[in-house]
Amino acid sequence: MTLETFEFVRETPPLGEGDDPLHGETMELNMGPQHPATHGVLRVKIELDGETMRKIEPVVGYLHRGKEKSCESLGWAKFFPHTDRLDYVQPLMNNVAYALALERLAGLVVPERGQVIRVLLMELSRIAAHLIYLGTTAIDLGAVTMFFNTFKERENIYTILDAYTGHRMNNTYVRIGGVFADVDETVEGLVREFLERLPAEIDDWEKLLTGNRIWYDRNRDVGVLTKEQALAWALTGPNLRGSGVEHDLRKTQPYSGYERYEFEVPVGTVGDCYDRYLVRVEEMRQSVRIAHQTLGHLQSTRGGEFLAEDRRYVLPPKDRVHTSMEELIFQFKIVTDLRLPSGEAYHAVESSKGELGFYVASNGTSQPLRCHIRAPGLMNVQAIPLLAEGRLLSDMVAIIGSLDFVMGEVDR
Amino acid sequence: MDVAGEATGTVPRVREALEGLEHVWLAPRDGLPAISVARSVLGDVLARLKQRAGFESMTFITGVDRLPAVPRFELVHQLWSLAHDDRVRVHTRLADGESAPSCVALWPGAAYMERECYDMFGITFDGHADLKRLLMPDDYGHHPLRKDFPHQGIEPDRLYREWDRNRRSHWKPRETAP
Amino acid sequence: MGSLRPVAEADGTGFVASRVDALVNWGRKNSLWPMPLGLSCCGIELMAILGPKFDLARFGAEAARFSPRQCDLLIVAGTLTWKMASACRTVYDQMPEPKWVIAMGVCSSTGGMYDSYAVVQGVDSILPVDVYVPGCPPRPDAVLDAIIKLQGKIQRERPLARILHGPSVVDVRGTGLNLYQPNATVPRSKADLHPHDPRAARRG
Repeated sequence: MTLETFEFVRETPPLGEGDDPLHGETMELNMGPQHPATHGVLRVKIELDGETMRKIEPVVGYLHRGKEKSCESLGWAKFFPHTDRLDYVQPLMNNVAYALALERLAGLVVPERGQVIRVLLMELSRIAAHLIYLGTTAIDLGAVTMFFNTFKERENIYTILDAYTGHRMNNTYVRIGGVFADVDETVEGLVREFLERLPAEIDDWEKLLTGNRIWYDRNRDVGVLTKEQALAWALTGPNLRGSGVEHDLRKTQPYSGYERYEFEVPVGTVGDCYDRYLVRVEEMRQSVRIAHQTLGHLQSTRGGEFLAEDRRYVLPPKDRVHTSMEELIFQFKIVTDLRLPSGEAYHAVESSKGELGFYVASNGTSQPLRCHIRAPGLMNVQAIPLLAEGRLLSDMVAIIGSLDFVMGEVDR
Repeated sequence: MDVAGEATGTVPRVREALEGLEHVWLAPRDGLPAISVARSVLGDVLARLKQRAGFESMTFITGVDRLPAVPRFELVHQLWSLAHDDRVRVHTRLADGESAPSCVALWPGAAYMERECYDMFGITFDGHADLKRLLMPDDYGHHPLRKDFPHQGIEPDRLYREWDRNRRSHWKPRETAP
Repeated sequence: MGSLRPVAEADGTGFVASRVDALVNWGRKNSLWPMPLGLSCCGIELMAILGPKFDLARFGAEAARFSPRQCDLLIVAGTLTWKMASACRTVYDQMPEPKWVIAMGVCSSTGGMYDSYAVVQGVDSILPVDVYVPGCPPRPDAVLDAIIKLQGKIQRERPLARILHGPSVVDVRGTGLNLYQPNATVPRSKADLHPHDPRAARRG
């Protein structure tokens, strides 16, 4: 197998007499798939006229692992670990999105404590994902300190998740009907400590970046996205909100009990990279606010059920599986032969990249008919030519960072 | 989510926009307003949904391979309206080899979605300027999400796995510690 | 490691040769410059290893240059797909000798949980790997352990023998395999499965 060869397509006519000698030819530059600043294995073919990008073509698929096909082969219950690895900077969010779609298909309701734990996990994942955005975009634009700052805070989230789930990332801790195990006092203490410290850290980082002349100049009026463009190009999440659209699935179509929480939805004005940066930083603060409220709810629902009771779909708690024959049989049956009712369902969550949705179709057998993953990252990648054409090459890095996609979910 | 039946406006609005075009209302398990249309009116249906019913954004376009049913493929478009905050889903059945109208002119964001449908199922879209593979290499010869395509792939993947298995069968554990 | 003879033997064993080897290996193992090929989730853990808590810099591996021409340790972190395989091989080929490869995570070791049409079942199908690190993703501690194991492996190499005898003879890594095979092709056709027997390829 060879890399596809480039054909040199001459967009501008050859140099003639009296022509400006500096605008004779264009050059084709290949960015990726191995590149520090493409946030994964993205390849962008750029036709350059000097430093100006004339034509841009992203090439995706370098991380296509066949997940949608895997779902059909593995079955609904065994696909959970695969969902973690979709948008791998926020694994639990993808887990919850998939579980919600299956629960919608099955008509299952998650008990309140299970919902509260899920909201806590989702907000921690959102903070983690925005930390990655901040750290990697900043280091790509030269602010190397931010990488170390944000990864230090990510380590704290990893400590919490390690104490709770046993693994730092790709936790797969969500099940159909709730979560795998209950949150105990140690984990609550760790979360409280983390949430108390984070806002001060974010203030610190804003002192580094928000008023910084270099950051401002590199991001202000770069990659301007209007509201109509955002809607036509199927962009959602912070990219849409940066362009002035106040839309958040947690407010418009609440799931998992989000209607019980108080939080604001930050909205930008201009729709450039700087606005998207401000939106994401403010979203981190709002996530901290929501997470504080979940701690309160956890206290009030102490002792409640975190897993629904439905023998057909819900895995029994592991301690009972190891001691009781009946639960062992149910565990075996659900993992190998889970049947969901025939039909289709779509459920979307507000992930850190946008609207992450799962369209699941079942024909009543144990083999899934279709599981389509509506990945917001794919739409974000599609918007790169829209935002970057005509700009200078160095703006490409700012635009890729501010569109914020993760190749695991783009390619699936 | 709008529940079809509790008409907060979606169903009447869509019905009014699609006046004159044949469509059948479905009752999916998630309660989303969903219609089934024939392939011949699909292009008009999508245009009317954008222009008259105000669905400014396309959420996803995907296919479902319902082998051995005929027609084989089901093409699903899901649309979203910001102004009215609701969604609608359009289902069409396509035979193997039949092409569908492209909606890139209406929603530029549908370009990658249609390319992915082509890549995974082999469904072509008329009017798409640049219909090539999105996720698989450009010279790949199969459409992976079809039901008759095995999970582990066909040639040359089978050859590769045979080579890999033979290679691994010769490995032995080390005799002495390093 | 060589006997206590006061002069270097012609075959590269002997006291002086082994001391030269030890010096060169000491220098190499303590200045491994990683080339992070962060393909997917393991790439995030790799970034965490380069981060403040699990500091890879204390092993001398601070200069994570993203250009293969300036690195000597390729860390393949993540799932390798067929579409990416040629790029990965190109990156490996662009690295100058001496070079080592760590396959981080189960996806790059054996294909991981992805037994599908698009995933290479292990990066060792296209590159020679020195250390495999299981885990999905492996804890940073596990990768640091792999670096330490690799340092041990480097310490056992015999670079002087290679200089004296050339690449064809020497088994510098102690594995019994001749690993210097640039541009080894992955079999993608029947002829590749039977490289020495064209009739078998035609027979199928």
